[in-house]
Amino acid sequence: MAETTYIDAIRRGLLEEMERDAAVFLMGQDIARFGGAFRATKGLYERFGRLRVVNTPLFESGAIGAALGAALAGKRPVVEMQFADFVSCGFNQIVNNLAKTYYRWEAEVPVVVRLPYGGGVGAGPFHSQSPEAWFAHTPGLAVVAPSTPRDAIGLMKSAIRDPNPVIYLEHRVLYRREKEDLGEGDLTTPLGRARIAREGSDVTVLTWGWTVHEALDAAAEAAKSGVSVEVVDLRTLVPLDEETVFAAAKKTGKIVVVHEATATAGYGAELVARLADLCFEHLDGPILRVAYPDRPSPYNKNLEKELLPGKAKILDAVRRLARY
Amino acid sequence: MTNQHDALLDLYRQMVLIRRFEEAAAKAYSQGKIGGFLHLYIGQEASAVGALSTLTRDDYVVGTYRDHGLALARGMSARSCMAEIYGKVTGCSQGLGGSMHFFDAERRMMGGYGIVGGHVPLAAGCAFAAKYRGSGEVALCFLGEGAVSIGDFHEAMSLAALWKLPLVTIVENNEYSMGTPLSRTMSVADSSTKALAYNMARDRFEAKDVLVVRERIGAAVERARRESLPTLIEVQTYRYRGHSMSDPGKYRTADEVEARKKDDCIANAERSLRALGAGDDVFARVDQEIEAAVDDAVRFADESAEPGEELIEAYTYA
Repeated sequence: MAETTYIDAIRRGLLEEMERDAAVFLMGQDIARFGGAFRATKGLYERFGRLRVVNTPLFESGAIGAALGAALAGKRPVVEMQFADFVSCGFNQIVNNLAKTYYRWEAEVPVVVRLPYGGGVGAGPFHSQSPEAWFAHTPGLAVVAPSTPRDAIGLMKSAIRDPNPVIYLEHRVLYRREKEDLGEGDLTTPLGRARIAREGSDVTVLTWGWTVHEALDAAAEAAKSGVSVEVVDLRTLVPLDEETVFAAAKKTGKIVVVHEATATAGYGAELVARLADLCFEHLDGPILRVAYPDRPSPYNKNLEKELLPGKAKILDAVRRLARY
Repeated sequence: MTNQHDALLDLYRQMVLIRRFEEAAAKAYSQGKIGGFLHLYIGQEASAVGALSTLTRDDYVVGTYRDHGLALARGMSARSCMAEIYGKVTGCSQGLGGSMHFFDAERRMMGGYGIVGGHVPLAAGCAFAAKYRGSGEVALCFLGEGAVSIGDFHEAMSLAALWKLPLVTIVENNEYSMGTPLSRTMSVADSSTKALAYNMARDRFEAKDVLVVRERIGAAVERARRESLPTLIEVQTYRYRGHSMSDPGKYRTADEVEARKKDDCIANAERSLRALGAGDDVFARVDQEIEAAVDDAVRFADESAEPGEELIEAYTYA
């Protein structure tokens, strides 16, 4: 079987859901013939036509607002932001209108907002951010962040079927780097379920997105010096799979929370708080956090690389904690 | 030689600098010397050069992510611009911003902005400050035609008209917002008609002749300066390169691009200069000067140091 890349898995998820349900349609800037800024929707316009792969004018607020309206009227829109950073231009539509529609009226609004996010490509301060915490902070939104092609398709399909608005974070570095054989079938990944990416017994790393791979590399390295690391890929941040996360945390009692977003008030802080509250008696050391420093992303690629919470920084935290 | 000849030669030289500078940047990009994103202005030079030639040193300029031409026309050095594209500490934003984030407070180049449309209200704010002070400066704001759909654009126009701000807003219509032709993103072909809803003066013309650009923008700048009234202008132009370096340009034919190149603003300026008496020696001299300046900028950028972590610390908070 041919291997499928992360971005092709996203496309296959969109395609299969569009075939399954005529209510599903795509909106975004230049997503039709052009296939979107990263070519995620390439070929879908040719297959489904202009009523289901819809180019919008260049705006974010207008697109998300119109998606909400279409959802109220029975559609299941998937909206592409060119870059996750640009979603800030549609903030009101998400945090007020989209997130609070069901709360106000018990009206389901199954809108998926796709956010190509993350750094590592020298794209500078407006094109590199990891904005999951902006949305995890807002009740009424589900937030997912796949790290593998299997979960990229699985979470896409589940997000589209879910009755709630879902913020779908897709990491640009993984688009063409991550590949796997997906096989056939209806590949869903349930929302709210974490995945044990690697089993271990000494230290537990909790993470999602690009840093899952960095953590796995760090775990392989740590194993050489006899430190066994369990890596949990959260996959869904909201709702959090507390059962899996807490079990993995209690198993080792030593926890490192890793994320690419900046540290202060990042989603990691929420994890640390819950663990301190609900797993305190199982902890054998401080809960460490490896994240991006509280700084905007620099354009200079080498400097950016130094700041990203990659393998070396994770390994350092794991070793420090293992000594407790 | 006449004053007219000298004035046009100066504009011509600026346009050639922008083009050669960007050709060098594109080369460095394909050599992997620079990363991130690179949006070229090639083909549109008459717009920035003609428009900025109407300003005084104290006027404000605000632009988009396609900002190299604007920066050079505003007098920023080729060295600091190239070094920024290379991500070096000697760049105008110390290598932290890159191609889309040029800035020079001294020249009142108030920045290139990498998220479409968000900068237009900010230009209105510069114009407001000038009006409040009574200091007579004008703000010039550039955006692409795609940005006309963004709410921020309309909010800024609303404000500029209501408060009678000395703001000249220039929509550079290069026909494609990324890969989508204008007809698919806007219900009107002429974006300057948006001014009607705000009871604002408007203009629209082609940017093939840098002197025409200068004259028409100049009239709007004078209106802003003398009467404190805003103007919305659509400049019709065309970019020869892709939206960015990663754009293969499949949404238009090679024939279309070639046809547009035949009416090139630099070639047109050369023809006008020759009609005014300029000979081969004049153009050879300009080419030589510009080549030396661009080579110098590339060498400077190449040899400059990279920014270190301490810089990030220093520049996160005031």
